Amino acid sequence: MRGPKILTDALWPQTVPALDLDMKPLLATFALLAFAVSPAPTFANPFETKLANGLRVIVKEDPRAPTAVHMVWYRAGSMDEKDGTSGVAHVLEHLMFKGTRNLRSGEFNKRVAEAGGRDNAFTSRDYTAYFQIVPKAALPEMMKLESDRMANLKLDAKEFAAEIKVVMEERRLRTDDNPHSLVYEALNSTVFRAHPYRRPIIGWMDDLEHMTWQDARDWYKQWYTPNNAYVVVVGDVDHREVFRLAQKYYGPLKAHALPERKPQNEPEQVGIRRVSVKAPAKLPYLAMAWKASKLRDVQNDRDPYALEVLAAVLDGHDASRFSKNLVRGAKVAQSAGAGYDGTLRGEATFVLDGQPAEGKTIADLEAALRGEIKRIQDEGVSAEELARVKIQSIAAQIYKRDSLMAQAMEIGGIEAAGQSWRDIDTLLEKLKSVTADEVQGVAKKYFTDDSLSIAVLDPQPVEQSKPKKPSGAVRH
Amino acid sequence: MKQSKLNAPHPHPRPGAGLLVGSLRSIIVGRSRARFALICLLSLLTSTLALAGVKIEHWVAPSGAKVYFVETRVLPILDVQLDFAAGGVFVPAGKSGLAGLTQGLLEAGAADLDEEHIAGRLVDIGARLGGGADSDRASVSLRTLSAKPERGAALDLLRAVLSAPTFPQSVLEREKGRNIASIREAETRPDAIAAKRFAAAIYPGHPYGVSPTVDSVAAISREDLVEFHRRHFGARGAIVSIIGDVSRAEAEAIAQRLTEALPAGGAELVPPPVTKPQRGTVKIAHPAAQSHVHIGLPAIRRSDTDYFPLLVGNYTLGGGGFVSRLMKEVREKRGYAYSVYSYVAPRKLEGPFEIGLQTKREQVADAIKVVDEVLTGYMAQGPTAKELAAAKKNLVDGFALRMDSNAKLLGYLSAIGFYGLPLTYLDDFPAKVKAVTVEQIKAAFARHVKAENLVTVIVAAD
Repeated sequence: MRGPKILTDALWPQTVPALDLDMKPLLATFALLAFAVSPAPTFANPFETKLANGLRVIVKEDPRAPTAVHMVWYRAGSMDEKDGTSGVAHVLEHLMFKGTRNLRSGEFNKRVAEAGGRDNAFTSRDYTAYFQIVPKAALPEMMKLESDRMANLKLDAKEFAAEIKVVMEERRLRTDDNPHSLVYEALNSTVFRAHPYRRPIIGWMDDLEHMTWQDARDWYKQWYTPNNAYVVVVGDVDHREVFRLAQKYYGPLKAHALPERKPQNEPEQVGIRRVSVKAPAKLPYLAMAWKASKLRDVQNDRDPYALEVLAAVLDGHDASRFSKNLVRGAKVAQSAGAGYDGTLRGEATFVLDGQPAEGKTIADLEAALRGEIKRIQDEGVSAEELARVKIQSIAAQIYKRDSLMAQAMEIGGIEAAGQSWRDIDTLLEKLKSVTADEVQGVAKKYFTDDSLSIAVLDPQPVEQSKPKKPSGAVRH
Repeated sequence: MKQSKLNAPHPHPRPGAGLLVGSLRSIIVGRSRARFALICLLSLLTSTLALAGVKIEHWVAPSGAKVYFVETRVLPILDVQLDFAAGGVFVPAGKSGLAGLTQGLLEAGAADLDEEHIAGRLVDIGARLGGGADSDRASVSLRTLSAKPERGAALDLLRAVLSAPTFPQSVLEREKGRNIASIREAETRPDAIAAKRFAAAIYPGHPYGVSPTVDSVAAISREDLVEFHRRHFGARGAIVSIIGDVSRAEAEAIAQRLTEALPAGGAELVPPPVTKPQRGTVKIAHPAAQSHVHIGLPAIRRSDTDYFPLLVGNYTLGGGGFVSRLMKEVREKRGYAYSVYSYVAPRKLEGPFEIGLQTKREQVADAIKVVDEVLTGYMAQGPTAKELAAAKKNLVDGFALRMDSNAKLLGYLSAIGFYGLPLTYLDDFPAKVKAVTVEQIKAAFARHVKAENLVTVIVAAD
């Protein structure tokens, strides 16, 4: 298992950077290249408008192929749930395919399929998003379908009863029978005690067992409103035409006030926390999470960018420190990863994880991971390492242009965190401006045991493990 | 990773693509399961030419390698992939894992470069090496910026790792150790156990059914890698696929340079024929909350003329995601499973047809009964006229979005080359799909999905 990778996430944008004159010769070629070959429309792209009901529409024109990605993002994710109904954001996401006042259950998927398209949806801690990838001629129909279920979803006990079982199967598959997921679930609820990030997105099984169709209906009524949503379209489209279609289909929908969002800030952690999980497995697994700053002020923050670079130095590519030193060099790790995501609505963490190599222990691996942090605290990072991070970020943004979906996800993701797609260029520039001193500075500042939580997998022999007791049998 | 699968379940945006993977994992959950192994070549089977003006050029390089090239100048990038008949099917008995190790260790040292130099150099020029080995083939792919300094450096590295790998003993020992640890770990995971036991059960006595074991990996020596590379990475059998921001003349030079120093290669090996298994059920104990079920058999070769009837027919059965019969009956109506699907994955020899699902262990018998009913009904009746029309509409109208990137097109080029498909494969695709009839689907299923050969594997069975 690789650790979380950061090089292609929302902090690494795809739009064109300005020329960086401080670069080494090879790097300069890079920047020039990116600058010179960008098709002209890139400079005007994307385009944004806001309808009277508060719905924002962001369009990126990319005429490479006669296709389009259409996404609707709602700023309602598992962090907006209440205790007792954890998982309802994701359950509602499933139910969004179950029919509206105008459309029978299952008809949504059928229409998309017959248009030659693919569709799906996903729920995160911060948002819920729906998408269709279609031949461009089908875009108006997709907008019609999405606007319909933004306002007219039909929920009832019968559809709910079948779908909640599906979601419980999903939980068994993703979490209950997946040792690493169990460790992450335990880590999350250890790192956060007050903040809603402590709850799993998919929900606790007991909450799923006691959920009702009215819980889902209430969620829908609270959060599914045009003023809590935005549409992202990327593809072979004319933004004026998309704006016109958006007005036609989404324009008539009524907005309503949103529930109050309490901050629910996590109190300061004052001491190391440890948790362990037993599950059938062979290799132990370790995950260490430190509280870290998130991105709040794109222009004036420095730490989030430095943390991002630190993660990349440790685990951004095949020549990064973890691969080189821990997996290949000392052979202490079967796998090792580092991850930081500062673009989010909630609170940020910096996570290191890994599996010890054969003959090594969790303690060996923990010492090795801490040793890598210590080395940066003491010695900093090299100019070569910083240059590599920059090169990787520039290459990643160019490669990202080979995928419409990746471009749409980037726009949607940064908007979900409360920043703007307009910040994408700035984020890249800021990353490139990070100095070695700043990386060393964040390594010293954030990696203290007082803000550390550690979760480990304690592997159990498969033969001696008993099947879990049936769950989901009791329905109310 | 390179296995082509017909009508796999709806791909979900991969968390692994890095788009959403944040500081804590499991940051998103979606409506359908990401089966990323299937996504790679999903496009292969369900699409055709979409980019206006895409033209596949083909020639044989002086080295003997077959080259497939698409020039596209929109993005300043270049993708190159080399495919060799160097998959697991060619590995000597008792050495399973050799194909993957040979492919994987190409980057472990080449010419006078050690693995740290290779990794560092790739990072310095922003290039990415990828690839893998499946049953039939081994692939090495490169993505690089197309500007000359980066491109030149990246192609030099690719040439070196293909032609002059050093397979250092110390790296081999380390990677064998990591492989063995992964195998031991996989032996605890219900999904991995199910996949391995299913392959073994439907391919009794055939290399397609053999998976690496602790013993087989331990038995692999450096000489085995050297010999496997010498025999199977020859220029004459190589398929070179190139797409991106270079001219035909540049592509010709690139293909020749990448293949001129490859080893001579051995005689073409013909794997033993596949024999069909006897109908039966394999039950494996495991403490998981869910049972993992695979039902299937060896079905068709990539060259079989029943390919299109099976492709189109499988869409309605279990390949069309939420609109398929299996999804409707097993998931939507009864809530038995989150993921339920069927696919056909043709190979050089008979590749598998498989139905898969996971369900709460207490209800696995009920879920299998539903699958049996759906399959039996479908075998007897085929799709309705309406279902067939819907399947064709999705497959034909969906061309465009399955060919809308260089990465996806590269997959087609390599598959056309490796499986010897006509150069007009993409152009012909809509007509071939449209021509399929209900009778052809029924006949193809009757020929290739015989009840007497269907094997059921259940992990976490009570």
